[in-house]
Amino acid sequence: MTQAKKTTTPLEDKNVKELKAGDSVLITGYIYTGRDAAHKRLIELIKKGRELPIEIKGQIIYYVGPTPAKPGYPCGSAGPTTSYRMDPYTPTLLDRGLKGMIGKGLRSQEVIESMKKNKAVYFGAVGGAAALIARSIKSSEVIAYPDLGAEAIHRYYVENFPAIVVIDAAGNNLYETEPPKYKQS
Amino acid sequence: MREIKANQIKEKVKELFLQANYHIDQDLTQCLQKALKEETSPIGQSILRMIIKNNQIASSEEIAICQDTGLAILFIELGQAVSIMNGNFIQAVNQGVQEAYQEGYLRKSVVDDPVFERKNTKTNTPAIIYTDIIPGDKIKFTVMPKGFGSENMSALAMLKPADGPEGIVNFIIETVRKAGPNPCPPTIIGVGIGGTADKAMVIAKKAIVRKIGEHNQNEQYATMEKEILEKINRLGIGPAGLGGKTTCLAVNIDYLPTHIAGMPVAINVCCHAARHAEGTL
Repeated sequence: MTQAKKTTTPLEDKNVKELKAGDSVLITGYIYTGRDAAHKRLIELIKKGRELPIEIKGQIIYYVGPTPAKPGYPCGSAGPTTSYRMDPYTPTLLDRGLKGMIGKGLRSQEVIESMKKNKAVYFGAVGGAAALIARSIKSSEVIAYPDLGAEAIHRYYVENFPAIVVIDAAGNNLYETEPPKYKQS
Repeated sequence: MREIKANQIKEKVKELFLQANYHIDQDLTQCLQKALKEETSPIGQSILRMIIKNNQIASSEEIAICQDTGLAILFIELGQAVSIMNGNFIQAVNQGVQEAYQEGYLRKSVVDDPVFERKNTKTNTPAIIYTDIIPGDKIKFTVMPKGFGSENMSALAMLKPADGPEGIVNFIIETVRKAGPNPCPPTIIGVGIGGTADKAMVIAKKAIVRKIGEHNQNEQYATMEKEILEKINRLGIGPAGLGGKTTCLAVNIDYLPTHIAGMPVAINVCCHAARHAEGTL
């Protein structure tokens, strides 16, 4: 594989444009966590016209529900969860300025269209590599919905978080382009 | 009768869930290393390297391999000559699960009501417990923390007897193809054929814990396992679904007698973090 690209958060349109499907990246900066229950709450707030507990403009949301941290560790094991469960909520967040998502697995066509429209990027992290990924998470704090436990919105400071650009802002999608290269009839 | 105290059951269950969540079996590690040597996709290779490294970190630091520490599944073989003393069997098992998840820094992933409240029970219980009563005076536990990324990709087909082995092969390939990257490939595919709809799925799940490289003792089923594994690995899905020849590490089929009118086929998918542990009291 080619050398990993260093990427920092928050993301701007010009950073997003440089990220191409297939790029290996190391992300540094603050990222936010959120999965099923937190997404549901964020969307309910948007529907009611209320303010969100986090400013999502330019940010990356990592789909993760970590294990509790062992004493001495900033964070527990924290690998990605399957992204399609967030698909119904994602276009609304992209319209509000969300620039990146880290997860694993397929996205819906609606999400991909919204990513193209809003210039956003979908990073894949390796599912099940939770102990390894956690090493790049240097701090963790709960920002919203502490009652959700592992599903609360956390803010992580990450250094060289390993990910791959799976779907870029032009809609290039590794899940579509890579497997056919290795398919044998 | 042999007396076994409820507290011993609790302690054994706790020990096994901790072990399963921190340490991947040697057979799986070797299989991943072999896959790394054979994988031709550069992205696939880098993912397999990360998985192997991850499992080493988890084991040496005793932290969870995957953040989805799963629903707690137990297959228990309870000897009929065992008398359980000073407590309740099911409570003891659940207590063991609760202590493992609370004291072992494992994620609690159980919600009480699946549809409306979805409130976390905060104990990772109740466990899913299957108990077989067998001859003897021992209790054998097979525990499996089962993540839901892969569980959600499970499937059941009530095939017609006329669909034959070909119908089974096609159903399995199609299920794996549709699941794509979602169940965290390379996967282990448990298949249960026969019995009833429910029983087929239980044996499919239990088939996942089989040692990698072992096959069904019935040669026809063993041949089918090998054929399906080869076909899956020709799909090109690859590690993490990003392309490659390592999509599946093992296809394990178990079968049971069934009704003259049916041929149930259940598929239970397991991610590469195929965690399980066995122990006997």
